[in-house]
Amino acid sequence: MAHLNEAAVKQIEEICDRYKNENTPLVMILSDIQKEYGYIPLEVQELVSEKTGISVAEIYGVVTFYSFFSLKPKGKYVIGCCLGTACYVKGAQQVIDKFSEILGIKAGETTDDGLFTIDALRCIGACSVAPAVTINGTVYSKVKVDEVKGIVEKYQKGAN
Amino acid sequence: MDFLKTVEDLQQLSAKCAGCFKAKIDGSDGKKHIVICGGGACASANSEQIKANMLDVLKEKDLLDKVTVDLGGCFGLCSSGPFAKIYPDDTLYTLVKPEDAREIIEKDIIGGEIVERLLYVDPAANKKIKKESEIPFYKKQEKIALNNCGVIDPENIEEAIGAGAFKGFVRALSMGRKEVIQEVLDSGLRGRGGAGFPTGRKWSFVPDVEGDKYIVCNGDEGDPGAFMDRSVLEGNPLAVIEGMMIGGYAIGASAGYFYVRAEYPVAVQRLKNAIKQAEEMGLLGDNILGTGFNFRINLRLGAGAFVCGEETALLNSIEGKRGMPRPRPPFPAVSGLWGRPTVVNNVETLACVPYVLREGAAAFAKLGTEKSKGTKVFALGGKITNVGLVEVPMGTTLKELIYDIGGGIPNGKKFKAIQTGGPSGGCLTAEDLDAEIDYDNLVARGSMMGSGGAIVMDEDNCMVDVAKFYLDFICDESCGKCSPCRIGTKRMLELLTKITDGNGTMEDLDELEDLAAKIKTNSLCGLGQTAPNPVLSTLAHFRDEYVAHIVDKKCPAHVCKNLMEYVIDKEKCIGCGMCAKNCPTSTISQTDYVAPGHKLASYHIDPLNCVKCGNCMSVCKVGAVSKQ
Repeated sequence: MAHLNEAAVKQIEEICDRYKNENTPLVMILSDIQKEYGYIPLEVQELVSEKTGISVAEIYGVVTFYSFFSLKPKGKYVIGCCLGTACYVKGAQQVIDKFSEILGIKAGETTDDGLFTIDALRCIGACSVAPAVTINGTVYSKVKVDEVKGIVEKYQKGAN
Repeated sequence: MDFLKTVEDLQQLSAKCAGCFKAKIDGSDGKKHIVICGGGACASANSEQIKANMLDVLKEKDLLDKVTVDLGGCFGLCSSGPFAKIYPDDTLYTLVKPEDAREIIEKDIIGGEIVERLLYVDPAANKKIKKESEIPFYKKQEKIALNNCGVIDPENIEEAIGAGAFKGFVRALSMGRKEVIQEVLDSGLRGRGGAGFPTGRKWSFVPDVEGDKYIVCNGDEGDPGAFMDRSVLEGNPLAVIEGMMIGGYAIGASAGYFYVRAEYPVAVQRLKNAIKQAEEMGLLGDNILGTGFNFRINLRLGAGAFVCGEETALLNSIEGKRGMPRPRPPFPAVSGLWGRPTVVNNVETLACVPYVLREGAAAFAKLGTEKSKGTKVFALGGKITNVGLVEVPMGTTLKELIYDIGGGIPNGKKFKAIQTGGPSGGCLTAEDLDAEIDYDNLVARGSMMGSGGAIVMDEDNCMVDVAKFYLDFICDESCGKCSPCRIGTKRMLELLTKITDGNGTMEDLDELEDLAAKIKTNSLCGLGQTAPNPVLSTLAHFRDEYVAHIVDKKCPAHVCKNLMEYVIDKEKCIGCGMCAKNCPTSTISQTDYVAPGHKLASYHIDPLNCVKCGNCMSVCKVGAVSKQ
């Protein structure tokens, strides 16, 4: 547990304690850690294992099963492109392709500067504003391919 | 908030709140009430800011005690949102922006004048409509599951009680458990998650044993293009909670679990709030209303796995494991959550239950067809004018759904197909337009009801590409437990990719059908058993499109990149050069040909270097670029 600082250890232990009275809370614990840190590296899984008595193998199995959990840190801005059916039939594939082209990364990858991650999402239920893109919770409605560049630039400027 | 000790306490509160609720609707309290749509689409268009701005103006005018502003659930007609509805006038303002708040308050609320420019325009008659009840979109709808969505404030339990919440529960408490199950059986209510299993029968399977039993609400709405459950949970969470309490009472459960997608933060927050308020009032907990019935509700969030919508996978996920399905038998009714008897019901199903108990089984069974009673909520999406959420009686025809309610296909395009049932369903075509919507009829026509996602496609959608889209989704979401699903769907996707790339052979179609049959019969759970449906149904209805991809090497809808090209019409081209300037591969050049009437020579795309990005087409001002 070399990489975890004291504060992180304390906080993760606190998260585990939060669900002490729940039956089988593993997914809840991992969700909170994912929310807090943005990813769940092996060291953290080991710590959770120690606290809960669940084997690391099982925890790793759960972490890699669910798409919400990530083993690697995500970018500062997570670009979630909805690829639900309603968005897809209205051209969402072209939109995500454009993000990929501009940022030089594929869906699921993070740019080298740690600024952007592209996620392909399966329906965020915003079908009436298809194609929809969410960036750190802000929803962009009816995104057109030629608007993509401007959206990326806005965040690039905001970061500098 | 008062703590309710007895059934009479609740009935008294109910009568008091009913008065307040009635006053809100008919204005008998002398106030005006504004409800802003807080559904997913409107919220993403900043409807919360509309509310804030209105409150600011009201404060400035010193009117806060004469006008209320609430954020309600989904109004349904999402393509015209955000909405602001004024009670008691029933005026509905559409496409409202935060900066319109002042005008609505000053002109309408204070001045008593309608803000004409924000009224809904009926595209068919090109006429402005003032009242919500007169808009054609709402006319053929019947709201049971969506009852009070967009009317009540979903964060206010007293308003919900005033609008009728918990009346069904109170009636259930006065009946025996078996009688409650019989009432639900008599209503003909069938599971709204897709398969359509009779809800009462599901409840009756739970054995009469001592010890823990559970009722679980499946809110893992993963079908891409579906947002019914989200809207119900956001718009009227107490209806689902009440349904769960009635179900819990009927099967003798001591606890209920909500399993909701983490992608729906608003639904989760509203649900949490509603559970907390119900607990504080004594409607959840020990000895509810003095009847000796103990019931608690817990909330679990999904973590992004489509397969968790399958009930046994969902139970594994609640148990903190990988969300993989379990072999059946034993069925969850016998051995479910932590090995105890468990019933899993969908959100919309539970939202219908209070109505059945409140109004009686006969009132519910009056609506619908012989074998499918009540109503069904659909999320209309894709190429349709009125994108949104609708609830129609079973037996409504597809034509009514698509044209009368949905407003038809935009931009003068032709209807091609409607996909129901998501990745487990199939498509229905123009031949099926007169079909009545019910569980059995849709299955007979090669699709299924599914959870209610209904995606409309027009002539610009390639059906092979759509089938590939679903298969790609399934491959991604297959949990990997059984090989027919894990490997079989991957092989099918490879064949489809081969076809859309232009390398397909006619034998591939036979192989697709062969694989499909094997996957359907050999997969462990519903995900695999239905995974080939989109391919089989598009093959049945649009085989000619597959053949065009394979034999003619053409994509008739010009979607599959390898099988289409961009072409400039030299007669239409005015030679402005915008396309060449925007071409990333510099594959567009000027020719020597000047079309009659034009001053400059036309341009030409060299297909060899074209990457088919479509830039040329989007920048051309005269529409000279087309796909062929």
